[in-house]
Amino acid sequence: MSNSELEILQEEIIAKIKNTNDLVGLDEVRVQALGKKGSISAMLATLGKMSQDERKIAGPKINGLKNEIAKLIEARNVELKKQALEKRLKSEKLDISLPLSPAPTSTGTIHPVSQVIDEISAIFSDMGFSIAEGPDIETDELNFTALNFPPDHPAREMHDTFFFEPDENGERKLLRTHTSPVQVRVMKKTNEKPQAAWVTEPKDPPIRVIMPGRTYRCDSDQTHTPMFHQVEGLVIDKTSHIGNLRWVLEEFLKSFFEVDGIKTRFRPSFFPFTEPSMEVDVQCDRSGGEMKIGQGEDWLEILGCGMVHPNVIKMAGLDPDVYQGFAFGMGIDRLAMLKYGMADLRAFFDADVRWLKHYGFRPLDMPTLFGGLSS
Amino acid sequence: MKFTINWLKTHLDTKASNEEIIETLTMIGLEVEEVEDQAKSLEQFTIAKVVEAKKHPNADKLQVLMVDTGKGEPVKVVCGAPNAKTGMMGVFAATGAYIPGADFTLKKGMIRGEESNGMMCSEKELLLSDNHEGIIELPNDAPLGAKYIDYAKIDGVTIDIAITPNRGDCTGVYGIARDLAASGIGNLKDTPVAPIKATAGKTTIPIELHFEDEKNPPCPLFAGRMIKNIKNCTSPDWLQDRLRSIGLRPINALVDITNFVTYDRGRPLHVFDADKLSGTLHARYGNKGEKLSALDNKTYEIDEDCCVIADDSGVLGLGGIIGGTSTSSELNTTNVLVECAWFEPKNIAKTGRKLGIITDARYRFERYVDPSSVQSGVELATKLILEICGGEACETTIIGEKFSEEKIINFPISEIKRLTGLNIQLAEIKVILTRLGFWLSGSGDIVKIAVPSWRPDVTIKADIVEEIMRIVGVDKVPVEPLPSLSGVASKMLTNIQNRRRMARRVLAARGLNEAMNYSFISKEEAIRFGGGDKSLRLANAISQDMSDMRPSLLPALLAAAGRNANRGFADIAMFEVGQIFLTDEAKGQHTYASAIRTGIANINGATRDWRNGVKKVDVFDIKADMAALFDVLGQDISKAQIVAEPAIWAHPGRAGRVQLGPKIILGWFGEIHPELLQDLGLQGPIVAFEVDLDALPAQRKKATKSKPSLILSDLMSLKRDFAFVLDKDIAAMSIIKAAKNANKSLITEVNIFDVFEGEHVGAGKKSVAIEITIQPKVKTLTDEEIEAISSSVIGAVQKATGGILRS
Repeated sequence: MSNSELEILQEEIIAKIKNTNDLVGLDEVRVQALGKKGSISAMLATLGKMSQDERKIAGPKINGLKNEIAKLIEARNVELKKQALEKRLKSEKLDISLPLSPAPTSTGTIHPVSQVIDEISAIFSDMGFSIAEGPDIETDELNFTALNFPPDHPAREMHDTFFFEPDENGERKLLRTHTSPVQVRVMKKTNEKPQAAWVTEPKDPPIRVIMPGRTYRCDSDQTHTPMFHQVEGLVIDKTSHIGNLRWVLEEFLKSFFEVDGIKTRFRPSFFPFTEPSMEVDVQCDRSGGEMKIGQGEDWLEILGCGMVHPNVIKMAGLDPDVYQGFAFGMGIDRLAMLKYGMADLRAFFDADVRWLKHYGFRPLDMPTLFGGLSS
Repeated sequence: MKFTINWLKTHLDTKASNEEIIETLTMIGLEVEEVEDQAKSLEQFTIAKVVEAKKHPNADKLQVLMVDTGKGEPVKVVCGAPNAKTGMMGVFAATGAYIPGADFTLKKGMIRGEESNGMMCSEKELLLSDNHEGIIELPNDAPLGAKYIDYAKIDGVTIDIAITPNRGDCTGVYGIARDLAASGIGNLKDTPVAPIKATAGKTTIPIELHFEDEKNPPCPLFAGRMIKNIKNCTSPDWLQDRLRSIGLRPINALVDITNFVTYDRGRPLHVFDADKLSGTLHARYGNKGEKLSALDNKTYEIDEDCCVIADDSGVLGLGGIIGGTSTSSELNTTNVLVECAWFEPKNIAKTGRKLGIITDARYRFERYVDPSSVQSGVELATKLILEICGGEACETTIIGEKFSEEKIINFPISEIKRLTGLNIQLAEIKVILTRLGFWLSGSGDIVKIAVPSWRPDVTIKADIVEEIMRIVGVDKVPVEPLPSLSGVASKMLTNIQNRRRMARRVLAARGLNEAMNYSFISKEEAIRFGGGDKSLRLANAISQDMSDMRPSLLPALLAAAGRNANRGFADIAMFEVGQIFLTDEAKGQHTYASAIRTGIANINGATRDWRNGVKKVDVFDIKADMAALFDVLGQDISKAQIVAEPAIWAHPGRAGRVQLGPKIILGWFGEIHPELLQDLGLQGPIVAFEVDLDALPAQRKKATKSKPSLILSDLMSLKRDFAFVLDKDIAAMSIIKAAKNANKSLITEVNIFDVFEGEHVGAGKKSVAIEITIQPKVKTLTDEEIEAISSSVIGAVQKATGGILRS
């Protein structure tokens, strides 16, 4: 075999490698050249018939060719694979602008009243309060008498009470007009266990509870619905006084409206179950037709409060000369309206999905002190 | 309670500004609701002289005036008033002034070709009266160019305050002045009315109380005084102005005087035309069938609970509430009887409420009128009648018990600090209480305090504390943090409370919107959903739709679905977590979590989706919601029983009940019964669940918070599939249970991946395919061992369900 023979073969194979454009063809080239019956293999087989001197010269040449061809095939192989992938990727194109169906967490909502109750709870839990609860259907005794409402007193009339039909003993139950009966339930020890596990059991002082819940009055217009939500607060111990009450409410209003330095104003007022009694106004701005809390020179009444009336403490079985404390109450729906800007109270209870989605809160927006009350 | 600052100043000597007075009122507990400043609105009007009045060249009824305003050249004004004439003094408004009585701002203009640079005003335009006949005509000596309000002494600031039910003493201007004086912004003018001497003998009409020996009669004290030969007339200007300033219409002197005393002293009284009375004048209970033709031109039915004032001819008035027309004073009245009595607040409130009468008298009597004013009220009324109408007064007849009992409170000074945190010295306490009319004696730690007759609301120590704190100012109470409680902070929410919170969050996270519906529904709905008991029906519901306490949250949710559908939103996912009522006791009130999905509102949202197509909701959508709810509440739904006991609202074949044994029912789910849909006018499908959150057993308290140790196997788990043919009615759940139980230690999971019915599995049959996961524990399983597990699964399923392995 001559050098030229080898060179011809080399050129031939290299040309084939270059001209092959697919992996199957390339493999054929490899078999033709390097396979058992391939052209280079056939040349290697001739080495055996050569003299030692001839072999010394031809051997490295043929082997060199074999290695060179193997490398070229491998390189072409990599190149072709890359081309194939590029081609595939070019064809695999999606319209990534296609919209997704909405995530359930973005369509589901928490009602503003639930959200605001959670906000209120987060603030008061930091001050050592827990939540107490009582039933919506109450007795006249707990809704009025035990709260120091004298019979036939005008204050009772102001409450627009819903009554049930009297029972055979002539006693009629009512829908609680405020959450205050829960105060009595928390303070007053009785021999009976509460009828249901969720009804808060009476506690010994020190007592620090808030009592959110549904309340009812037979009244209906744009700012009154026959059902609404109130939260009541109660602190009973041996020392808490109006100075502490002011601190608790000022802290609460600051935290709730998320306005540092919000101004508050305490005015003397009257409630049968507190003495002294006060109403609290917060700073607001009514100019420009929109109510803004925490700025301006105007005042907005926001809650009622006072020292628990000695008669209420006494009726609950405690000595008012030893135990003392304060109570406060406010409208949850109204707080929600003021903070989040809903105009019409009636819409709270209309279950219009557009309203629920617009004013509702994301399910994972959980008000906490560490994560912030509102996002 | 309305009054003016001018009126207030007849009782209060003060240099305080109007703003200070208004601020102080609110801060001492007399909340100012509205302030109307007449002077401010009339500030721009000045006194001017008409120097020339000529007929308008182009209009018959108009004149062109040249008006000297006292400043610069006279201005030209076109005027339509017939009384405008050369030389007259009047009230001028320059261009730019706001005319309150006409509600417009004056602009320079051309009227029928004549320039007009202002306006001469009528009383109506200044809101001084209804008079619009002509422009105001002032005396010739009125100061030219001066402000009209200064000349006419208009400084009327009308204040409306809210009186809390305990402050009857502030339903008169005098009482308000007393409270303000206590705050230190002025001095109360002591204006006692000296007793008016009788010059016409005894009051001849007998006065009686007909309450026998009743312990708490509705009218225990009654005074009457005749005044003879009076001449009733129109009231003098000062009295008319007083009444008008607070929005009352002057009528005649006698009526105006009673209104004045009512507002000035918080002391309602009544003046009868004595010549119209027959026999005795007395207070008694009404009789059924009696009627009163009252001064408000309405007729009221009297009953035995009403306290009436009557004579021998019958009822003349409702005591302390309203008088009658038959004996009212007219302009021609010549002999009167002034009635001044004390009525018991509870009876007034009851009668007033029952008959729906709101009057100035009722407002005061039901808030308690000072009983000592029975006497002084008669004297003041007599004085005013004699002054205005002349006549001769008779002696006053007073019958009934006087209120002599004096209230004394033993008051420890330390009580103020104890309840408020305020440090106040005895001297200051003394000043405040004395100004309020209390008497204080003693100087030690405990002092004695006598309560004045007009303050029935002050009975205990805390009331005294309030008096002092409100006058000092609540803003003077130092703010003190509430001390932290010792010990580990207890959880704010009980487990039950936390469940409700979690329930809301998980359902919202599954794409449902939380609604809050009223606790009451219609009687028909209540019955339909298993309620309707009489004990849960309101006696005074505001409408038929809101008469019964709800036995379920679903009626309101379904109604909401209907309302939303009518607005074009037929596909909704909505829930409520709230109370339902089974009885009127606490144990009958349960908190439920209930939800509905309608139309295509599945978990992927209520839209047609390019990837998932359109899928209408089915029972398994709502079952998934319920399972997610149970899961966050710590109840694995696969460990509960799901039985084919449909709720009363559900499709009988597409509904179930979830329970832990027959006694603990956790909830229901299913498709709404087609009949119910039809009755409610709703489009199906609608699926729903209701879960009784209070029925879930409390999670057991664990001794330790640490979790059980985790053992992970290095051996590969393997899966095997089986398909069984079994009767259609056999619950698929039983296959899972049987397969799991076939080898509890190695089979870790059983999953149903295919269910179908069809001809090739046979009528009444279905095919259920399961995949089991086998997790080897100590060594790799041999083929034989795996085969043995497979056979035991097949055997167990066949035994439990009759299912045959499909070949």
